[in-house]
Amino acid sequence: MSVSSTTPATTAEELSEGGRRELPQKRAKAALSEGKRQERRLGWLLCAPAALVMVAVTAYPILYSFWLSLQRYDLKFPSEREFVWFANYATVLSNGYWWTAFGVTLLITVVSVAVELVLGMALALVMHRTLIGRGLVRTSALIPYGIVTVVAAFSWRYAWTPSTGYLANLLSDGAPLTERASALSIIILAEIWKTTPFMALLLMAGLALVPEDLLKAASMDGASAWQRFTRVMLPVMKPAILVALLFRTLDAFRVFDNIYVLTNGANETSSVSMIAYNNLMKGLNLGIGSTMSVLIFLAVAIIAFVFVKLFGTAAPGSSDEGRR
Amino acid sequence: MATLDTGPRAKLKWGLLDAVVVVFALIPVLWVVSLSLKTTATLTDGNFIPREWTLDNYRLIFQTDQFVRALINSIGIALISTLIAVVLGTMAAYAISRLDFPGKALLVGVSLLIAMFPQVSLVSPLFNIERQTGLFDTWPGLILPYITFALPLAIYTLSAFFKQIPWDLEKAAKMDGATQAEAFRKVIAPLAAPGVFTTAILVFIFCWNDFLFAISLTSTEQSRTVPVALSFFTGASQFEDPTGAISAAAVVITIPIILFVLFFQKRIVAGLTSGAVKG
Amino acid sequence: MADIVLDKVTKSFPDGTTAVHGIDLEIADGEFVILVGPSGCGKSTTLNMIAGLEDITSGELRIGGQRVNDRAPKDRDIAMVFQSYALYPNMTVRENMAFPLKLAKMAKEEIDRKVGEAAKVLELTEHLDRKPANLSGGQRQRVAMGRAIVRSPKAFLMDEPLSNLDAKLRVQMRTQVSRLQKQLGTTTVYVTHDQTEAMTLGDRVVVMRGGHLQQVGDPQTLYDRPVNLFVAGFIGSPSMNFLPATVEENALRCPMGELALDDRLRRLLTAADAPRQLVLGIRPEHFEDAALVDQAGKGFTFTAPVDLVESMGSDKYVYFSVEGGPAVAADLEDLAADAGGADVPHDRANLVTRLSAESRVRGGQEARIWMNVDKIHLFDPSSGRNITLQEEEPAGVAAS
Repeated sequence: MSVSSTTPATTAEELSEGGRRELPQKRAKAALSEGKRQERRLGWLLCAPAALVMVAVTAYPILYSFWLSLQRYDLKFPSEREFVWFANYATVLSNGYWWTAFGVTLLITVVSVAVELVLGMALALVMHRTLIGRGLVRTSALIPYGIVTVVAAFSWRYAWTPSTGYLANLLSDGAPLTERASALSIIILAEIWKTTPFMALLLMAGLALVPEDLLKAASMDGASAWQRFTRVMLPVMKPAILVALLFRTLDAFRVFDNIYVLTNGANETSSVSMIAYNNLMKGLNLGIGSTMSVLIFLAVAIIAFVFVKLFGTAAPGSSDEGRR
Repeated sequence: MATLDTGPRAKLKWGLLDAVVVVFALIPVLWVVSLSLKTTATLTDGNFIPREWTLDNYRLIFQTDQFVRALINSIGIALISTLIAVVLGTMAAYAISRLDFPGKALLVGVSLLIAMFPQVSLVSPLFNIERQTGLFDTWPGLILPYITFALPLAIYTLSAFFKQIPWDLEKAAKMDGATQAEAFRKVIAPLAAPGVFTTAILVFIFCWNDFLFAISLTSTEQSRTVPVALSFFTGASQFEDPTGAISAAAVVITIPIILFVLFFQKRIVAGLTSGAVKG
Repeated sequence: MADIVLDKVTKSFPDGTTAVHGIDLEIADGEFVILVGPSGCGKSTTLNMIAGLEDITSGELRIGGQRVNDRAPKDRDIAMVFQSYALYPNMTVRENMAFPLKLAKMAKEEIDRKVGEAAKVLELTEHLDRKPANLSGGQRQRVAMGRAIVRSPKAFLMDEPLSNLDAKLRVQMRTQVSRLQKQLGTTTVYVTHDQTEAMTLGDRVVVMRGGHLQQVGDPQTLYDRPVNLFVAGFIGSPSMNFLPATVEENALRCPMGELALDDRLRRLLTAADAPRQLVLGIRPEHFEDAALVDQAGKGFTFTAPVDLVESMGSDKYVYFSVEGGPAVAADLEDLAADAGGADVPHDRANLVTRLSAESRVRGGQEARIWMNVDKIHLFDPSSGRNITLQEEEPAGVAAS
């Protein structure tokens, strides 16, 4: 009962049809009907503005940035502009300040993301499972997410300022923001406060994917609350956790606002973003500033790559695109 | 994780946990409010609750051009950026979730890259480009990067919303005689409106929040936004001690956020979770 | 009103898979045609191509004599009812039904009149100002139908329109759909995976599998004279029994015993150049309790232990398991996969019979069962072809 295949003949016909363009209803290309071409055109048309803006404001500048990083270019001495290949990279990479800032950035990133993961998970569980006041908890948790970082940073700064702050008075000794260890702790605290809710929301989306029946089955099977959490919930939530970690890690690596307000980078508390900014805006050194920009970009790219390749983080939006 | 426990003890336990969360979230905000209401004399007493109340700080900042101008800039820039980003994002998200065309995967990839992009890497080149093109220290000079970084957010959130609208509805509209554009306008757009609105809130919060671009790409009151103006209050000559003024200004720019959160909590949560985690 | 002609219509996807392989089908004006088959057989793709929602890779589609391959759905003047109903949730019932007319720029009074009429036919008049969310499943289904009929299109396309309804409502709506179609006389193409729906609704049924037409014909022909194993097994519920059979000197050996080969069968086997191993198919109603048959000599009688008796009131389903293992053929595996891939023990074959209600057969006992040998079908296990149809005039149009 096999039906005779019509493919070869039809294909030939299609091709010859392709040549006859004078007939308006004939298709210019085989297998592309009017509707399909319309759809393509519309797709491109709709995406073009967004794509253009994104490319114009990121791709071009980052290439331009790379070009600048190969030059000696100090706005204080514009006449000394000169192409120096990778000399700027040598300068930056052999500079102690850069590596200190890099270390500070890594420290802030690792500690804050680690703490946020734990706190965020706890917060997600509370938001997801609380029996009372769910709306209240979710609303409150959104406030740190929504608040302007600079505002929050000022709040923490004044809280720790001697005599002004309610927290500074709790600790007897001096000004915590002027000592490196305590200042870094405060920066990390401010970061954690601000972004734990975001982490928690992402994790909550993962929690929602854990079927209630699965937890019930596990408890019937004799699993304790902790075992249900580690053996049932965590494995199901793994993709959500990895995505949340990826986003927060990259975000924490860009830390700038909190440091700017809390310490302004004093006492070796600068992050890489801070010193890149300072080189540019205070030092007016475009060459070095651009070099740092490129290096930060590379660092971020490496972090993202590690997450995606090593941990198999599924990039959001990559697996789907369902037409029905 | 009391799966089966809903008794009064469990409620008490959850009540306590809720209280911890609420306190954790609100203390820094209440602290700024408290500072803004303190009189100059009691500003440095270190008390969490003011002993003497005053609205002087608010009166003061609204009299200074520095703050009022920055507020106008913040509002204007954030609104315009939001509007453009949401319109462009809606178009792109619709195409991504509904149409089939070559280059779609690339666009999704590019927006993902931008979502992860370190903004500081753009500061130096944009600083130079904007100086050369005359965009430096203007509204468009900030609006452009804001749109760029808001677009991935808008595209993800909106695609997630569009995907919730049954594909059949659009097919049905086509069968009923609608063109693609009519199907969008008459069927999809009304259904997508809540999603678009949610996205607008998220994008607005993002633009409202930015500090790095605002401080790097502006130099005068002409286009400085409030977060930047705040940081310039420090040591500014017209206030002896800027703490009260900064706090008052901080409270003012926190008000819209609080309002959004209070009225649209459900939507913001839905928007953030649907857009970000789908893998 | 128009006829619909599919001329070697093929659908391939960019990834290289082909969903529909050059099918030919002519649907007459006013005809009610059912496309039926297991999921993935290409029936929905075919419907979408007729609708214009999917491109036709090659071949030609003509509606009312005109080639419409390149026309957008809106220019084909056909209406569609979706499985999900696809009611616009932001519009009331009235607005939903008026939507196609508004798009056609019809005058307001005209729209009101047409919507009113359609609502009356479908008993939706008192629900006109409600939103779809406030309607029951059956009402939503009727709104979807209403939206299709208001514009009096050339044809209706229905994509499993009843499968979201519960069993009872589905039967009820089935008759309503059928009555409505007869009343309007509009050409209708109806897709379903449910063979009962296919049998009860259509003027003609098109059985599809893997993107190919299997058989096209009226329901009775499909039931009585299936061209191959797949159609035989797909149509009918409970489905046809398939047993292994071996051709011997003067007999056909099957798990129930040896059937004498009569002249007709012998001639058929020779003509078809049949292999020695065959699949024997026989429907459950072609068995009877031997005690209740007058001329037992005409058929074949055998004894087997009864597994289970299900009394339906009007008759009894009696299940046996007979020695000799189930029949093996590629087609049967497809059918089993479609039915849910039930794992059957491989050393015994199950036999379903439908006996008169008067039968006294009991579970756990031996029973003497009569089988109507005239009704057996013999299939070639490798090609699936029904050998028993050979000599006679082709019944229905076998594909290719």
